[in-house]
Amino acid sequence: MAELLKGTKGDWEVVIGLEVHAQVIAGSKLFSGATAEFGAEPNAQVSFVDAAMPGMLPVLNEESVRQAVRTGLAVNAIINLRSVFARKNYFYPDLPQGYQISQYELPIVGEGAVEIDLPDGGAKTIRVERLHLEQDAGKSIHDLHPTKSYIDLNRSGVTLMEIVSKPDMRSADEAVAYIAKLRSILRYIDACDGNMQNGSMRADVNVSVRNPGDKLGTRCEIKNVNSLRFVRQAINFEAHRQIEILENGGLIDQETRLYDPDRNETRLMRSKEDAHDYRYFPDPDLLPLDLEQAYVDELKAGLPELPDARKKRFVDDYGLSVYDASVLVAERDTGDYFDSVAKSRDAKQVANWITGELFGHLKKDGLSIKKSPVSAEKLGGLIDLISSSTISGRTAKEVFEKMWQTGNDAKEIVESEGLSQITDAGEIEIIVNKVILENPKNADEVRGGNSKAIGWFVGQVMQATAGKADPKAVNELLRDKLKA
Amino acid sequence: MMILTDLTIAEARNLLIAGDISSVELTEAHIRAMEATSSLNLFITETCEQALSKAEKSDTQRLSGNQGKLEGIPIAVKDLFCTHGVLASAASKMLTGYTPCYESTVTKHLWNAGAVMLGKTNMDEFAMGSSNETSYYGPVTNPWQRVNEPTVKLVPGGSSGGSAAAVAARAVMGALGTDTGGSIRQPASFCGVVGIKPTYGRCSRWGMIAFASSLDQAGPLTRTVRDSAIMLGEMAGYDAKDSTSVNIEVPDYEAALKKNVKGVRVGVPQEYFLEGMPKEIQCIWDKGITWFKEAGAEVKDVSLPHTKYALPTYYIVAPAEASSNLARYDGVRYGLRIEGKDLQEMYENTRAEGFGREVRRRIMIGTYVLSAGYYDAYYLKAQKVRTKIADDFRNSWKSVDLLLTPTAPSAAFVQGEKINDPIAMYLNDIFTVPASMAGLPAISVPVGLSSEGLPLGLQLIAKPFDEELLFRGAGLLELAANFKEKPKLAA
Repeated sequence: MAELLKGTKGDWEVVIGLEVHAQVIAGSKLFSGATAEFGAEPNAQVSFVDAAMPGMLPVLNEESVRQAVRTGLAVNAIINLRSVFARKNYFYPDLPQGYQISQYELPIVGEGAVEIDLPDGGAKTIRVERLHLEQDAGKSIHDLHPTKSYIDLNRSGVTLMEIVSKPDMRSADEAVAYIAKLRSILRYIDACDGNMQNGSMRADVNVSVRNPGDKLGTRCEIKNVNSLRFVRQAINFEAHRQIEILENGGLIDQETRLYDPDRNETRLMRSKEDAHDYRYFPDPDLLPLDLEQAYVDELKAGLPELPDARKKRFVDDYGLSVYDASVLVAERDTGDYFDSVAKSRDAKQVANWITGELFGHLKKDGLSIKKSPVSAEKLGGLIDLISSSTISGRTAKEVFEKMWQTGNDAKEIVESEGLSQITDAGEIEIIVNKVILENPKNADEVRGGNSKAIGWFVGQVMQATAGKADPKAVNELLRDKLKA
Repeated sequence: MMILTDLTIAEARNLLIAGDISSVELTEAHIRAMEATSSLNLFITETCEQALSKAEKSDTQRLSGNQGKLEGIPIAVKDLFCTHGVLASAASKMLTGYTPCYESTVTKHLWNAGAVMLGKTNMDEFAMGSSNETSYYGPVTNPWQRVNEPTVKLVPGGSSGGSAAAVAARAVMGALGTDTGGSIRQPASFCGVVGIKPTYGRCSRWGMIAFASSLDQAGPLTRTVRDSAIMLGEMAGYDAKDSTSVNIEVPDYEAALKKNVKGVRVGVPQEYFLEGMPKEIQCIWDKGITWFKEAGAEVKDVSLPHTKYALPTYYIVAPAEASSNLARYDGVRYGLRIEGKDLQEMYENTRAEGFGREVRRRIMIGTYVLSAGYYDAYYLKAQKVRTKIADDFRNSWKSVDLLLTPTAPSAAFVQGEKINDPIAMYLNDIFTVPASMAGLPAISVPVGLSSEGLPLGLQLIAKPFDEELLFRGAGLLELAANFKEKPKLAA
């Protein structure tokens, strides 16, 4: 879906590549035993290694390696059995060692691919160039003192995976869909919590524009964008900025820019001239990382069902629409919930209840599906009551509301409040007859051909039965008795 | 009368066990020796009070019958090791006031074995130097003097110059050093003591201030081979906190000394014959060859064709790693900070003032050889040559078990003589660097005196983790040389 941008002099194609930084759920930092949880007091989670005290040495955290390999496998990538940690040297006050340990020439994961879902229902493959492990830096805080800056090293040394895509995206929508898909995969395999607000996931966005079909234009890199909305806005701003320059006969300078969400614009951070010379070289404190194929195979076998496979299964086995399936698989918990309700029930009906009532209530109360007062088992119970015609769909919504409030079973609520449907035809017929007899005028109207007025009768009967009559049966009886 | 400071560690150990002397006596004698030799500038920090209280504990410990292999033995520690609560300066202004609240793995092992620390010894700044003249705390003077020019001050070698000189001057019974390109062996040779650089990975580097990570290795300096065997046995071992540490059991090095060298194949690398090498160096080398032959070893010539590239390669690799390792000294978290108008200027001021000339020179070289555009030509090429150098050694092990070479191309030289001539200074490491590049264990043993009355050492190099054979060979050299001379300035 090549979405072209209109310039004053013609159409432009935007080309986007992404470097997504994902904080790895690994228990401790990449090279130290310090914990890496979010929200601790400043400098409360800093080991001697993280603060780069003299004589300190890095020791690779195995869990970080395991998660990187699992992620690589989850994006269908080649796992490099030998990878090397390198030092990326530069001075910055929140970089205690004076270098970041990262992977440069030999990353742990090579080329892979991620399939994204497009708004028109189609799909597109975005190629992954590499995934490597690296340390995060600390944080400088500039607003606590008029002339001094403070440093918080809690993040220093935290494990990040940098997932680098090929420049395969052609619109902000695609870029957003790619990040969303990556996030979904990372959450499925518990490799990253995907929380962009807390900085667990952030993206560097490379943007260039070109006349459709031309070779790649000069790109600008927008650093550290931390929400999907900002990714979209930054790309759109940046693409139009570049188009304007080019249409006015200018050239794009390769530079690093920052996105300012308050003003919705990107600003120069540093130009190519003052780009760093990082002086990469293999870290002599760490040996090359050698993995065994058997280890990789074992991790592969242990991966959970991933969103794409699950979506396909939902479409194939449950007959769901592609749209419904993608909504239900986006989060692993939702997919699990659906799976457990849909087993031996009408899948389409289950999907509707989840995406309708359940999602609505969750959103209103700001709850995750795991915290839902209506468990999968309980929703299943409710749907069973509908299927057995014990209650009507309308009653079911009331029952759901009560389940949400009390956490009780549908069956209990229906029984204790006497909400069972009247399905006995004879019982309904008595009430229908009574209503017709009491309202002769309206009955004549229907008989005179105003079939719409039949709805009024349905309402009366339902009212008389406190909503418990099976509306289908009521309809049929009324049509039969009020025939012209 | 028994002079306590002349005892070897092994002798003192036997007297302590027999109850003939106490650790407190031994420690007090060495504290007096430190005072007597204070003009040599051996120590950056003295820890005499702590030493005495540790010695008392050692004496009590011994009574309980439960004692370590170095129980109550007074030693010194090169100021490159972090020891809890004591200034760790690396002989640099940069680490002004830095007292770590952690203990290096190697020193922890030594304290667990009962050793007593008398102080932190002087050294070249960040271990960069071969004369101990680059220290922020001033140069160390070699306790040895030229026979004909006794007033001329000589260097002790470097960078473990303070440690080597302190052992030679009888201020301590043994000392901890570090060796990157020869920093234990060359000063051992200059000061007439035994110094061993073990196999890379044998001793933990955790808590040792880094110079060049792929080369740095801790080792002991002592007056006898047996003492080195005892000390190394306590220092060595696997450490999960150092990823380059190797998990191989530590053998009983002292026990290895019981075996002779009959049938051992000793190689003499032909490329180590340098043009213009002093005759007396050639002379002790020839002697060494003879001694091995007489002891029933099989001596043969071997070729290490890439030897000539070792020194230039070393002076690319070591500064490259150093430039990166020393980046952490930025004035932000500890040590020296010189303010500036902004962050950039603070960095510049701090690093310009904190680092001495030699350190700055090596940081510049290292930064240059790692820079984009030069990396392939220098650093990458150097790594390839390094592999070739290691291959040379690997090939030689097919025909020999040990290699015998001089330790240094000369005896100790005069203070100030080479300090402004870096190339001349770097040439001091010409015989020690190749084994370092290959990560091999190597030992220097004093075997004689120069015509000026200065000690000269021979070096033995062995296969990785074959320190036992190294000690056996060193034992033979020691026995044959019967080196008993003592420096004039000893306590």
